[in-house]
Amino acid sequence: MNAGTKFAIGAVLIVAAVGYLMASGVKQTGQYFLTPTELTQKIAVDPSFYDVGMKVGAHVVPGTVSKDVATQTLRFQVTDGSARYPVVFHGLPPDTFNDSVEVVVEGRLKKDGVIYATNVLAKCGSRYEAVPKA
Amino acid sequence: MTLLGTLALWLALLVGVWGALAGFVGGLKDRPDLARSARNAVFAMCGALLVAVASLEWALFQHDFNVEYVAAYTSRNLPIFYTWSALYAGQKGSLLFWATVLSAFGSLALVVTPRRHRELLPYVAGVVSVVAAFFISVMLFGHANPFQRLPFTPLDGSGLNPQLQNPGMVFHPPMLYLGYISITIPFAFAIAALLSKRLDTDWLVAIRKWTLLSWLFLSVGICLGMWWAYVELGWGGYWAWDPVENASLLPWLTMTAFLHSVMIQEKRGMLKKWNLALIIGSWLLSIFGTFITRSGVISSVHSFTQSSVGYFFLAFLIVSGVASFALYANRLPLLEAEARLESMVSREASFLFNNLLFIGIAFSVLWGTLFPILSELVQGVKITYGPATFNFVNIPLGLALLLLTGIGPLIAWRRASVPNLRRQFAVPATAGGFMALVLLVAGMRDFYAVVAMGLGAFVAATIVQEFARGTGARRRQYGEAYPLAFARLIARNRRRYGGYIVHAGIVILFVAFAGMAFKTETEATLRPGESASLRSPYGYTYTFTSLGLSQYDALNRQVTAAAVEVRRDGRKIGLLNPEKRQHVDAFGRPTFQPSTEPGIMSLLREDLYVVMGGVVNGTEQAVFRFTINPLVWWVWYGGMIIALGGLIVMWPGGSPVAKRSQAGYAVRLVGEQ
Repeated sequence: MNAGTKFAIGAVLIVAAVGYLMASGVKQTGQYFLTPTELTQKIAVDPSFYDVGMKVGAHVVPGTVSKDVATQTLRFQVTDGSARYPVVFHGLPPDTFNDSVEVVVEGRLKKDGVIYATNVLAKCGSRYEAVPKA
Repeated sequence: MTLLGTLALWLALLVGVWGALAGFVGGLKDRPDLARSARNAVFAMCGALLVAVASLEWALFQHDFNVEYVAAYTSRNLPIFYTWSALYAGQKGSLLFWATVLSAFGSLALVVTPRRHRELLPYVAGVVSVVAAFFISVMLFGHANPFQRLPFTPLDGSGLNPQLQNPGMVFHPPMLYLGYISITIPFAFAIAALLSKRLDTDWLVAIRKWTLLSWLFLSVGICLGMWWAYVELGWGGYWAWDPVENASLLPWLTMTAFLHSVMIQEKRGMLKKWNLALIIGSWLLSIFGTFITRSGVISSVHSFTQSSVGYFFLAFLIVSGVASFALYANRLPLLEAEARLESMVSREASFLFNNLLFIGIAFSVLWGTLFPILSELVQGVKITYGPATFNFVNIPLGLALLLLTGIGPLIAWRRASVPNLRRQFAVPATAGGFMALVLLVAGMRDFYAVVAMGLGAFVAATIVQEFARGTGARRRQYGEAYPLAFARLIARNRRRYGGYIVHAGIVILFVAFAGMAFKTETEATLRPGESASLRSPYGYTYTFTSLGLSQYDALNRQVTAAAVEVRRDGRKIGLLNPEKRQHVDAFGRPTFQPSTEPGIMSLLREDLYVVMGGVVNGTEQAVFRFTINPLVWWVWYGGMIIALGGLIVMWPGGSPVAKRSQAGYAVRLVGEQ
């Protein structure tokens, strides 16, 4: 067998390794990214979807944010216009979090219908531009 | 002044279109007059764009808030160097910056390229003109003219986002832009070589230094970006696999691959097709990066406002990608290799695998960046490809690459013999194994961290061995003292030993990344006098005691700062001052969201990183997050060493000139005897 063939085998092995790592990486660590409506549909079809790690992208419902600094607990509701879920988060919210921002909530939906977040990311329409003055 | 700016843009566009026509026609029809005209067009475009930049800076410094861009990114109380850097803070200004820097690089390339590459230059001028003209037309036709005026004049501007008010802002974006933009020059040379069918190794020499230059800017830009994210964003890390970070990493990976595989082409005449494809690919990735940061297709912390500008970039990306690869495919028969691979145990083979790994990593990063879109298209549901997935895929690939960093430079060309392998690798392999063993005995149990540090020791030992052998050889041969022999060793073989220095920086980076596996953190709500403690991975116990809060007004912000005393195993080692900032405009009204400024104490072995999350209203009770980040400084040291190595490789007067001067020196020595 000449070196070229051997190299081709090595190359195929590397390509296969990259492919395998990517496929199993997604399987093991990838998460669903859902809107509240999609979450509701998913739960209706498949009740085992409770307590599965996922991300929910939605708007914070204005006026629902309650922050308890002493116990570092943040409670708020998220919606995409139709479905609505309460969220509980322990920890420091990001700087850009307020009650009208778009958020990505990372966590699990429990049977009590509350999303227990492990991470909250706030999205500013455009991070590097000033909030338009009302 | 804005009228002047807009006129300058139009002029630059017209000159650019002419330069493109004259360059390509002049090259294809071999018309020296047109070639000269294309060259002058690039110079003229550069001049016109510099006038545009000057008028924008003028408007910024004059606080001409009637100009929409000035009102959107600056304010009266913005510190002066952030006013300057507002030039590239927003979408429109950064497009202007791009075009200007490109035309400047293009002019430089036309001036400094030696006469023997003269045939290529009309095409280079043409490609530079096309790309610059594209950026200018985005400004003029994509509603992105930075000189746009408002129908009214606000009293004050909105100011610059607080997160951009950091010294990093002055250096990080320009460095990254310089890297991104200068890739166009090697790309232009590649297209020129394809069009003129001059596909000998000669043109490679012309572009290797340009690629190295972009690579260096990009490396420094990426490191500065990590530093900025670390000291400014307050999440306690420096790399999050954010789409924009990935966008800067992608061309870096392909260019690094190129800088390695180009050596195979120079020495053995192999991999010609591969190298050209890498250059074209790197450039397309740089445009792709510009596209995803500006289109809002992929959500990212870095994104500019969503705008139609994205469509321009997408169209440009597709058209130029198809055109370049069509040309490439057409010229493939001219790119046959002059030699074949002889053995799997050879430098050629190890470089080939190195390239495959770089491309594999680049592919997986690209795939992961686009994954949310792809999964939605294919499966109808968005699946995230987060930092955990990126790490899962890229840590093993990165470690394999680290192994090759040690093997590649030392293994023999063509076919390595067993004695060669033993001579080169016996000591380093022992050093690596010993390091891994020591760490295991010391109680380190993170698999990847142990492997990373073991391989790091292996690579470091190969580098030390090379320097030691080289210095020893010079000492024996020329009777030089060790320090002199060492300095001359580097100076006389800049490319080789500069490369080793870059590799040493990479080893340090890998060790630093491995250190982050041992990050520990805790959150606590503290009243003045109360404390929280945290055990560091080295076994120390740190105690953080809140000494209370203070509030004061600074330049353009109201600051709430905490004083936190730090003790290590009971001994006081210093104070940390995390801040909460509320930026205000000239009238004292709040602008932007409050921002967080972490308090950081950097030690050689670990960083103490404190973020103040909030204050319980009306009291001095505050919430803190304390993080111990091991080996963070090693990232910055690694970055600096990589930059140093890159500069040594780049330093002018490298191979041919040095050879000539050495030859002259030898002649003189002979004469003296």
